Amino acid sequence: MRPFIRALTLLLGVAAQPAFADDLFDGGKLLATGGVSQVEGAGGGGLANWALITGYGTRDGIGANVHYTAVPLPDYTLQTAGVAVGLFDRLELSYAWQGFDTQDVGAALGLGRGFTFHQNIFGAKLKLIGDAVYDQDSWLPQIAVGLQHKENDRGAVIAAVGGKNSVGTDFYVTATKLLLAESLLVDATLRETKANQFGILGFGGDKHNDYSTQFEGSGAYLFSRRFAVGAELRTKPSNLGIVHEGAAWDLFAAYFFNKNLSITAAYADLGSIAIENDQHGAYLSLQAGL
Amino acid sequence: MKALAATFLFLALTTPLWAQDALFDDMGRQPGIDKLVDASVDKYLADPRIKDIFSESNIDRIRAELKDQFCVVAGGPCHYTGHSMEATHKGLHLTNANFNALVEDLQSAMDSCNIPFATQNRFLARLAPMQHQVVTR
Repeated sequence: MRPFIRALTLLLGVAAQPAFADDLFDGGKLLATGGVSQVEGAGGGGLANWALITGYGTRDGIGANVHYTAVPLPDYTLQTAGVAVGLFDRLELSYAWQGFDTQDVGAALGLGRGFTFHQNIFGAKLKLIGDAVYDQDSWLPQIAVGLQHKENDRGAVIAAVGGKNSVGTDFYVTATKLLLAESLLVDATLRETKANQFGILGFGGDKHNDYSTQFEGSGAYLFSRRFAVGAELRTKPSNLGIVHEGAAWDLFAAYFFNKNLSITAAYADLGSIAIENDQHGAYLSLQAGL
Repeated sequence: MKALAATFLFLALTTPLWAQDALFDDMGRQPGIDKLVDASVDKYLADPRIKDIFSESNIDRIRAELKDQFCVVAGGPCHYTGHSMEATHKGLHLTNANFNALVEDLQSAMDSCNIPFATQNRFLARLAPMQHQVVTR
């Protein structure tokens, strides 16, 4: 992953030259049309990935952003921080760091209080066809394909709970459409994955160890150019014998102060995680960028 | 009675399909559209991102043509006799960022004309596909 980070540094370094930066970081997309940062760091909603390329660069420019997300659940805390670039409204590259703090559950399981799983998530998304915003005379959505490669640092614990691998790669195809006349944004995504709880509990399991096709979708109503309210659903495989893993869903509100700052607040229900049921609570995410 | 029926039939056949909806009314009919065009052209001319595009243009003619065009797009009883979108924007080498700047100024003009957001989006949905003809760079 070194080359990826080097390329990113080079890109941001070159772009930091003043005159060049104005042209390259054109900030030319319409407000909110880059989406926010989803839980794994890609441009999207909260749980769901969207076909929109992150940031405010048009097809002639580049957009970039950083984000921080916190999901304080009853028995755990999930945090994500990440950086993403959108290149020429065509290619998106993202990196996210995820921490999942087990708090008292860690102690109960003999791992130690506050035992934390970490994941590095490297993402790439390529827009294939369609434009979610302009193609209002057609039913064709914007369609993109992508992958998220995840590396978890707790292989021994993952193996102990029945997980088969600490590294995994998700592949997805996503379709997003702005139904502008109705002030609605809709998205549907199919994901091939082996991840247990987004990869926090590893990949594959004692019960099921193959890829399965999962669905994630969002619907949002736009109340203004700055403010959208919506709901999301994301299904997940149930690979581990220790607990049945169900779907996650959320109700969210996103507010865009401007093209440089947005905040997303949600009520998220992630279902049962390891030995604790009913993991639901607030979801808060901040994104800052260009 | 027959003449009246014939007139209705003639109107029904010659009116564009989307004229049946209420958008033209919701935008304040022709007075509302005239006000909107004037407000948006004022914003285009004051916007450093795009004002140079109009440096060689006859602004009065642009206002007049836009008033006709917006009326037609909103489903009003008008005829647009100006040039096609391709012809008007050919050679201007407009970028996607230019197009979006026009959209943002239009949105801000619609705000200043108190056009509700949902109505704005119904109108913008009809303008959005013009991106394909307008953006040539």
